[in-house]
Amino acid sequence: MGANESGYIGQSLRRKEDRRFLTGAGQYTDDVTLPHQTHAYFLRSPHAHARIRSIDTSKAAKAPGVVAIYTGADLEGVGGLPCGWLITSVDGTPMKEPPHPVLAKGKVRHVGDQVALVVAETRIQAKDAAELIEVDYDVLPAVTHPVDALAPGAPQIHDEAPGNHCYTWALGDKAAVDAAFAKAAHVTKLDLVNNRLIPNAIEPRAAVASHSASDDSYTLYVTSQNPHVERLLMAAFVLGLPEHKLRVIAPDVGGGFGSKIYLYAEETALVWASKRVGRPIKWVAERSESFLTDAHGRDHVTHAELALDKDGKFLAMRVNTTAAMGAYLSTFASCIPTILYATLLAGQYTTPAIHCEVKAAFTNTAPVDAYRGAGRPEATYVVERIVRQAGVEMGIAQDEIRRRNFIRSFPYQTPVALTYDTGNYDATLDGANELADVKGFAARKAEAAKRGKLRGLGYSSYIEACGLAPSNIAGALGARAGLFEAGQVRVNPTGSVTVFTGSHSHGQGHETTFAQIVATRLGIPVDNVDVVHGDTGRIAFGMGTYGSRSLAVGGTAIVKALDKIVGKGKKIAAHLLEAAESDIEFADGKFTVAGTDRSKTFGEIALTAYVPHNYPLDKLEPGLDETAFYDPTNFTYPAGTHICEVEIDPDTGVVQVVKFSACDDFGNIVNPMIVEGQVHGGLTQGIGQALLEGCIYDRESGQLLTGSYMDYAMPRADDVPSYQVSTRVTPCTVNPLGTKGCGEAGAIGSPPALINAVLDALAPAGVTKLDMPATPHRVWQAIQSAKAAS
Amino acid sequence: MYAVEYQKAKSAADASGLIAKSGGRALAGGQSLIGAMKLRLAQPGTLVDLAGIPELAGIRVESGTLSIGAMTRHADVAGSADVKRTIPALAALAEGIGDRQVRNMGTIGGSLANNDPAADWPAAVLALGATVITHQRRIGASDFFKGMYETALAADEIITAVSFPVPRKAAYVKFPNPASRFALVGVFVAQLADGSARVAVTGAAPSVFRAASVEAALAKAFTPDAAKAAHVDAAGLSSDLHASAAYRAHLIPVIAARAVAAA
Ligand SMILES: Cc1cc2nc3c(=O)[nH]c(=O)nc-3n(C[C@H](O)[C@H](O)[C@H](O)COP(=O)(O)OP(=O)(O)OC[C@H]3O[C@@H](n4cnc5c(N)ncnc54)[C@H](O)[C@@H]3O)c2cc1C
Repeated sequence: MGANESGYIGQSLRRKEDRRFLTGAGQYTDDVTLPHQTHAYFLRSPHAHARIRSIDTSKAAKAPGVVAIYTGADLEGVGGLPCGWLITSVDGTPMKEPPHPVLAKGKVRHVGDQVALVVAETRIQAKDAAELIEVDYDVLPAVTHPVDALAPGAPQIHDEAPGNHCYTWALGDKAAVDAAFAKAAHVTKLDLVNNRLIPNAIEPRAAVASHSASDDSYTLYVTSQNPHVERLLMAAFVLGLPEHKLRVIAPDVGGGFGSKIYLYAEETALVWASKRVGRPIKWVAERSESFLTDAHGRDHVTHAELALDKDGKFLAMRVNTTAAMGAYLSTFASCIPTILYATLLAGQYTTPAIHCEVKAAFTNTAPVDAYRGAGRPEATYVVERIVRQAGVEMGIAQDEIRRRNFIRSFPYQTPVALTYDTGNYDATLDGANELADVKGFAARKAEAAKRGKLRGLGYSSYIEACGLAPSNIAGALGARAGLFEAGQVRVNPTGSVTVFTGSHSHGQGHETTFAQIVATRLGIPVDNVDVVHGDTGRIAFGMGTYGSRSLAVGGTAIVKALDKIVGKGKKIAAHLLEAAESDIEFADGKFTVAGTDRSKTFGEIALTAYVPHNYPLDKLEPGLDETAFYDPTNFTYPAGTHICEVEIDPDTGVVQVVKFSACDDFGNIVNPMIVEGQVHGGLTQGIGQALLEGCIYDRESGQLLTGSYMDYAMPRADDVPSYQVSTRVTPCTVNPLGTKGCGEAGAIGSPPALINAVLDALAPAGVTKLDMPATPHRVWQAIQSAKAAS
Repeated sequence: MYAVEYQKAKSAADASGLIAKSGGRALAGGQSLIGAMKLRLAQPGTLVDLAGIPELAGIRVESGTLSIGAMTRHADVAGSADVKRTIPALAALAEGIGDRQVRNMGTIGGSLANNDPAADWPAAVLALGATVITHQRRIGASDFFKGMYETALAADEIITAVSFPVPRKAAYVKFPNPASRFALVGVFVAQLADGSARVAVTGAAPSVFRAASVEAALAKAFTPDAAKAAHVDAAGLSSDLHASAAYRAHLIPVIAARAVAAA
């Protein structure tokens, strides 16, 4: 495909990466096989909570093929896994950060907690040997539910966190909220559960670690969304290695959704052990291990109240949330139900006063951390469910109650710390109404009723904060890292370009989108641009891919590097064309002396930079290779309206999503096809949460009851409708690309739209309360309880 | 999976002998057994492969009965013109098992020998009053299913075929578990050649069973309304993450009515 006036921007180019993925030529971590490689298996706790009296590895050590066995006692001098965000409690005390050992020390705290590492010649031998390890456990009572965990007398998980309390954090003006509630004409109250989810990336976590004796350095291949952060945390905080001695490579990665952001124990143990063993070690999680040990998402219990005046204008909102952290603090666990949650409670509305208090609890479960949307789906679920209920209670139509409260002047300072730069919420609501054919809904509902079916329509007008983040703001809020991004543009002598980005791609299509930007800006064919990511040995630095930040932050870093390339190119062109640098213009791949037809092509400039025979060597270095770091000045604020239409079979409780319409504002769009794909994936994940998925631990034993696909329901193609999607554009004012981010919006907007639709459909049956997921059993039970109550 | 010996049998009797000698297990499509072995829940020392044994193959129609060889894959049942002509409900049932890969490998004999509480085939066998034929004897449907994963088969007994009497009409409707898509409640209804109504339910209890109250209702009138009006007691039904016993009891007549409508 060729470039038009705006170059490749706005064109649905086929993804460069698809050929290798679709033909099986992708190179994933498990495809890496190093000479003399050994294999690892982790012995894991079968108990949710137990003291380890003793571990006897003597029989296992003699098993065939065993190379080495390590337990917590062997990891002398190895630190615990760190948490990257410090949250401070309302009383001024820092959050409780109990140790997170790489291999259990003294105690296990969730089913799947890693107890021993067995290294053997083959994976099966390692697993066989692990069965011979004798662990004497003193089983303790367990607690898996965050509210139970904070109740008096709950089993104590960490000595360092009395009452399993991690922190109590708050945001907003409580006095203003109380005052507004006192004069409200109407108050809507709602209790909600945001169900715990298991990420289920198609590629399980995996690692291959090796040590080079010649220079005492390590190489780690790992399924990571952010190899530089992984290196920083592992080298500096856990293993005490200088960073230049550890190279982290995240090759093709088969999905992350957040779960591959974090530093995990397994790859850390592997790097540590690779030197002791003196041979490379590979570990690939079995699917059961993914269920048990990938960081989970969500798991909130919330009470919310909304105060309204007599016209349905929101006066104030009050939110109390209890959030599960799991057994240990995962890398970003603490900031998800706080910084990325409470700050979004204004939604698209002018609610003048908001107060949110969050209590975080340790539980005997897998750690909980960011999962597609991370905090923002939880916030949107609270806001959009309570807005629906307020509309129902006050007899105001669902689109009308939203319109009455929309923010319309920008920039807008919310009462929960964020400043929205731009947006047009009426436009996306109108767009969604159109897509959803809301006008025709009454007729469809009547037709369904004739067939004995209940139809319902649900709205969700979401906003999210992407493009994480201004480092200074993040730092003030407790972040222990910066959140900039790095980009390098290397122009090769013959004019082709290699781009190095800190934004890892694991399904997002960066290799295409970023190439489109570079090719457009330099006026060269897109096939002349290759994008490299995922290797600390090749890329200057990177904070990685999460929070829909890649284009807004990583893309902007590349743009900044391109500006430097063009700037230097102008200098070279000025020399060649014997003109003043200020007279050189760059457009369509040509450096031209303004007002003349004298010009040099981009290729000529590139060649001159590398063959500097006629070159201002006294003023300028040869070569054409520039790096830029970009730290954003604000978040970006994608927003939109999603409308879900469901049909329910009251005989069985089955909810069918018959129509799903999403009108989103992602700012400027580089590749519409990729954006649409991101929306489809996000919607499907959100529908999965609302309709099917739910991680369930036994409340007594702490065993994971949904530990396989036999019991954990992932959305399949026939669970979702053919989506209706469209976009409206208000260019983002924060970055030069005018882009906001699209990776999580689908998963953020859709759950409340779906549940609101189900509640709308069930209203005639008297149902007013329903938690996710809306499984047939749960919907049927809700209908029965409503019948019994009436 | 633990290391395992692999042997290939030439006949049903040979397979039985190899199993008796080794203490091993028969391997059909492997769609239940191999998965259990990978999870180390099953650990046979020897697998005796039944693939390619001529007497376990083939679909035959003979005077009022449809006979399906034990090693017939679900996909082959689903695609068989003979099955579609005689008992189309069986082709539809087979088409609804698992996914394409599972249907291409899994067999009717393996499914019956396994007797998973939520498997589909047991409902058809019990509702139609089929006969399970082994290399030693013929076992009536009502004597075959003994409980959760339990059958009347001896450890070294090989199913060779299943013989279904052709009914007047029949249909199977599965209400799937949203996660596994095995039956949360699966109901096979049939009006047999003698006019009697038989209703077998899978997924709802530790083993497949006949729903007497629904059968009684259908004996009076073989109509969806009659089935739906029947009352099924929740006692003895399974309660788990996905459905309470009360929900399953409610679903049985609802799904039975849909099956009657489809028959
Ligand atoms: C993803 C998935 C989804 C599935 N979904 C469904 C579903 O929706 N509905 C459903 O009913 N089933 C389902 N199944 C199970 C599937 O139908 C299996 O094929 C079946 O249960 C077992 O048949 P098999 O031929 O694979 O037997 P195997 O797994 O090879 O053997 C199962 C057991 O039967 C024994 N056995 C096998 N053949 C004989 C024989 N001829 N005589 C004596 N013993 C024998 C074996 O020794 C073993 O103990 C699913 C399976 C999978 C993996």
